[in-house]
Amino acid sequence: MTVLTGWGRTAPTPARLARPRSADEAAALIKEASRRGVVARGLGRSYGDAAQNAGGLVLDCTALTPSWAHDPNTGLVTASAGMSLHDLMAELVPRGWFVPVTPGTRYVTVGGAVAADVHGKNHHVDSSFGAHVRSLTLLTADGATRVLGPDDELFWATVGGMGLTGVIVEATFACVPIETSRMRVDVERTRDLDQTLDVMTATDDRYRYTVAWIDLLARGGRMGRSVLTRGDHARLDDLPSRMRRDPLRFAPRPRLSAPPWVPGGLLNRASIGAFNAVWYGKAPRARRGVVQGIAPFFHPLDGVGHWNRMYGSRGFVQYQFVVPFGAEDTLRRVVERLSGAGVVSFLTVLKRFGEGTPGMLSFPMPGWTLALDIPAVQSGLAGMLTELDGWVAAAGGRVYLAKDSRMSAAVMAATYPRLEEWRAIRRRIDPHGVFHSDLARRLCL
Amino acid sequence: MRNALGSVDTVLLLGGRSEIGLAIVERLVRDGASRVMLAARGGAAPTEELRKLGAEVHVVDFDAARPETHAALIEHAAATLGDLDVVIPAFGVLGRQAVYDDDPVAAARDVAVNFGGHVSAGLAAARRLREQGHGTLVVLSSVAGVRVRKANFVYGSAKAGLDGFAQGLADSLHGTHSPRSSGARVVVVRPGFVIGRMTEGMTPAPMSVTVDAVADAVIDALRSGRQMVWVPGRLRFVFAVMRILPRALWRRLPR
Repeated sequence: MTVLTGWGRTAPTPARLARPRSADEAAALIKEASRRGVVARGLGRSYGDAAQNAGGLVLDCTALTPSWAHDPNTGLVTASAGMSLHDLMAELVPRGWFVPVTPGTRYVTVGGAVAADVHGKNHHVDSSFGAHVRSLTLLTADGATRVLGPDDELFWATVGGMGLTGVIVEATFACVPIETSRMRVDVERTRDLDQTLDVMTATDDRYRYTVAWIDLLARGGRMGRSVLTRGDHARLDDLPSRMRRDPLRFAPRPRLSAPPWVPGGLLNRASIGAFNAVWYGKAPRARRGVVQGIAPFFHPLDGVGHWNRMYGSRGFVQYQFVVPFGAEDTLRRVVERLSGAGVVSFLTVLKRFGEGTPGMLSFPMPGWTLALDIPAVQSGLAGMLTELDGWVAAAGGRVYLAKDSRMSAAVMAATYPRLEEWRAIRRRIDPHGVFHSDLARRLCL
Repeated sequence: MRNALGSVDTVLLLGGRSEIGLAIVERLVRDGASRVMLAARGGAAPTEELRKLGAEVHVVDFDAARPETHAALIEHAAATLGDLDVVIPAFGVLGRQAVYDDDPVAAARDVAVNFGGHVSAGLAAARRLREQGHGTLVVLSSVAGVRVRKANFVYGSAKAGLDGFAQGLADSLHGTHSPRSSGARVVVVRPGFVIGRMTEGMTPAPMSVTVDAVADAVIDALRSGRQMVWVPGRLRFVFAVMRILPRALWRRLPR
């Protein structure tokens, strides 16, 4: 048995961890699973209990025949599910291609990106990962390997399905041509939440990638003040001449790593407050055309390995919700509540979502999404987040499953309107409930 | 499943009319537990309050004195509720020592419930928790078992046995190091004199506590992961002394 947690390092549970190297090995393991079932795990970047299975079997899929192929004529990439976006970028970027969607870390697998239907800074124009997938190879409970396309129901039950329809073995998806490996970025500061929302609404569509970092500790008139970072892939002409010699260079700096044991409470109100003030203070009021690498633009936290350890042994909770456009009042109320309660969040991020995918349990919908990290030791946290769940649900929004570690089954059922449809497909494809996870048990999926 | 902030979904209370047990269940339900089973003799237990709080409540017949039925009951609970997040065996009888002195059969019968019943129910629950890889067994021990007094040594000796059983079970579930950990755990609760229905008509001992105080302490331990709870907390220090008190002195203590 191996004790597993998600990235937030909360609620550990033991499971038998196996490392299949091929789809056949995975199928054999699934066949002999106990009544506690099986779930696939990638790089463990889900914050909660999505890739845990107490008392059962967990398939570490990172060793699944690492292979990838790229067709430069169509831009289609076929990659094994265990491959990380980091490794994929290292292959694709120097060839002039980029993944269609990247979340805030490169250290997710292709399988995980599909199962969580991840989104990135380009959601408002490009939707989520699932929108770019052309075909999936899925190992199902009966031991069969199915190739699925966007016309199949099971495809959209699997995209965003958190690994509960089977083990994703391979995916084919469309990539994006790039001229350089750099980003051309505009940075600006806003003075409060209203201005943040106004600026994003008015000008987000000029950029492919946008995000706002909110200083949650600012109160009163400055509540919701933000640093907006928005950009596009730089064209060759955008680069200074010394960079033009090797425009597609992709070499993220070697990573520092947090030590394995960090005392709890290191990230507290004082330290996070100071960080937030400095972050806001050092951002220019407005600066245009900054040239930045892919890693610092998309994945600033990847610069520190195991940064999740900084929260100490009790771990942290990530809360990410979306509310539809028109529910700005709810968003404002949430920010007021969090800011008023003195919630300490290291990085709070606001983003405008565009169209969602047909994924039945997929998270994004057109609207505003807010994501924050909170140390799990913060007192009164459980009650406050439950209260926020209620507001989000009432506004027609929902909470992101890949981040969730504490929502209730009732809120889940109330906020994912296609849950029943998804359940019916899952019952049909996996009548004995072979695929199971702690998340599935907690949320009665 | 227990979530990241320590809330649970399901609770099984064995001894479904126990005041302390119900107080703990009520708190867990307020904190988010949605499915509860109350197992009580005759299948009668108070459900109204818990249902008002929004929980789905099941009541089943349960006899602590019939250990041969315990394993089936645990399986039934798991089939009804799903994974058992918290199991609380809260049944017990507190007879008077003077009565036991005259009725050895009654004494043996009560010890069979207070100790033997907890052994069979506890082991059956532990087997299920071990299989599911998570869950907490709350064992209601007592300071009466920490050092047995002449004033209630039948009750006290059963609690002493239970306390030892619970600690052994906790260590067995914990394993020697993390790869062997079962994921399941045991919380041992050692209250002092609890003012409630069970002790009605008795004069409260010093440092006595209320049912609510015991329940609060248990909730606290479930959240923090503590394995041993004294209620009130200072009894731990009192009994550190009591335990090493010379016997000549111990037997002269008034109660």
